[in-house]
Amino acid sequence: MQSLRWKIAGHALALLATVLLGGLLSATLVRLAPGFDVDERELDPHLNAQSVQALRDARHQDHNVFRFYFSYMKRAAHGELGTSLALGQPVRTLLRDRAPLTLRLLVMGLGLAWMLTLTLALSAAWLRLSVYDTLTTVVSGTFLCIPAAVLALLSVLWNVPGSLAIALIVFPHTYRYARNLLVKAYSRPHIITARAKGLGEARILFWHVVPVVTPQLLAVAGVSVSMAIGAAIPVEALCGLAGIGQLAWQAALARDLPLLVNITILVTLVTLLANSGADVIGCVARRQEA
Amino acid sequence: MSLWRKLAGVVLGLVLCASVAANWLAPAGYARQYREATNAPPSRTHWLGTDEIGRDRFARVLYGTRISLLLAPAAALLSTLMAAFVGGLAGYLGGAWARMAMAVTDLFLSLPWLFLLITARALMPLNVSPLVSVLVTFLLLGLLGWTTAARVLCATAGSLRTSDFVRQARAAGLPGQRLFWVHVMPNVKPVLYAQFWISIPVFILSEANLGILGLGVAEPMPSWGSLLKELEGLVSVGEEPWKFVPLILLVVVVTSFQLLLSKQEEVAA
Repeated sequence: MQSLRWKIAGHALALLATVLLGGLLSATLVRLAPGFDVDERELDPHLNAQSVQALRDARHQDHNVFRFYFSYMKRAAHGELGTSLALGQPVRTLLRDRAPLTLRLLVMGLGLAWMLTLTLALSAAWLRLSVYDTLTTVVSGTFLCIPAAVLALLSVLWNVPGSLAIALIVFPHTYRYARNLLVKAYSRPHIITARAKGLGEARILFWHVVPVVTPQLLAVAGVSVSMAIGAAIPVEALCGLAGIGQLAWQAALARDLPLLVNITILVTLVTLLANSGADVIGCVARRQEA
Repeated sequence: MSLWRKLAGVVLGLVLCASVAANWLAPAGYARQYREATNAPPSRTHWLGTDEIGRDRFARVLYGTRISLLLAPAAALLSTLMAAFVGGLAGYLGGAWARMAMAVTDLFLSLPWLFLLITARALMPLNVSPLVSVLVTFLLLGLLGWTTAARVLCATAGSLRTSDFVRQARAAGLPGQRLFWVHVMPNVKPVLYAQFWISIPVFILSEANLGILGLGVAEPMPSWGSLLKELEGLVSVGEEPWKFVPLILLVVVVTSFQLLLSKQEEVAA
């Protein structure tokens, strides 16, 4: 129990450090990007010299990336995430408005991907037919060779939901691992013996296979969250879905520093939480099995 | 070598030869506009039709394939060298160096690959000449794609550091630098080769993703990404099926790489 607590504390510390570093990295990248200090409002002929100077002064604090980041963190601690330069709206409002759609898309996409993964991987391990195995491998391999953005475009073309596109982007990656794990688990000597003795398939699966593969499958599940977030960007951008993915794309194109830093921190946080959560649950599962 | 792997090798060889011979197969070039035949269907003069400004699609596919097939290995080489330097050195030195290097790789790996790529590419100059845009795109792939390989190499070099022959060489008084270059690096070569080959299809697909999102190679230079962007304007699949040729070619090439690399992936793991 003590070691588990240490593990959780270690994960939390690593998570905090990585999130902070991730935010600093994105702030530095934006600061170094060409065209960073350009504001088209300065070209407005209605503004006099003082107004233009006031605009420049307002951006002045962003010049030093560390100062910008420190003041950003101070404000973020009080729930103030700044205002988007490109969209002119508070970042908090933008994230709050768009998060539900992305969350729905990710949950449905991941759910579908894992349903497909487990169905095909389990049937491949159960049936042990080379024809079936080749067929499923070819299907997943084909999807693996199609760029995520093309799948997003095809989903628009065929009028299918974006969550299905996310599922088809994530599925080939998860299927490869899940299939290998399950086939390996089913070829263990004690499972072969259990099958030979006529033990029911359901009992073999839940009593002998699931405990063995759960920790690794959980690790893959953690990684699949990161894949789904990555897939959400082209899917939302190309399908016209107003979620966080589309916002990230817009922020990157517009070099919107406050928005980009917040999205990077959010994405890093979600990815690391998913991975750490999977790792801790996997650790508990291994403990129970032992 | 299995039949499938042989076939994959032949297909890749043919595609590479056709793309290298683009100057002879499509002498008019990828930027020539046939203004009298815009959006034309396939014909004897234009095997895959023309695009909306009258450029020959077959020529663009050949030249685009050449760019992707020649520059993706270059980016893969860069990322492998970076991974060898960071991962190999960190694994060999061990201790705080390894922890520090792995913390940096963890930071990169904590961000989804496509998100990192889009963010970094968008921050690079976008209004540049086509040639510079090609170089920037593939350079970025090389500079950001080293992290996974570095992790594998760090683990491999770390296990070599504690191996008997390295310990013996160290005890015999061999200098650290010589030990690293003569004894450690040659032993991580198979992993390096595997990582290099694995990175190529990943970079080809990444470039295609960037191109479709408008962050890849700039016009009029063709690439698989910019060619696939044409699919955006389609209303139905059956309408202009020849527009799917670049996608089919991309899938065939990446599948051929996957088939050829099935052994390499085992080495990399």
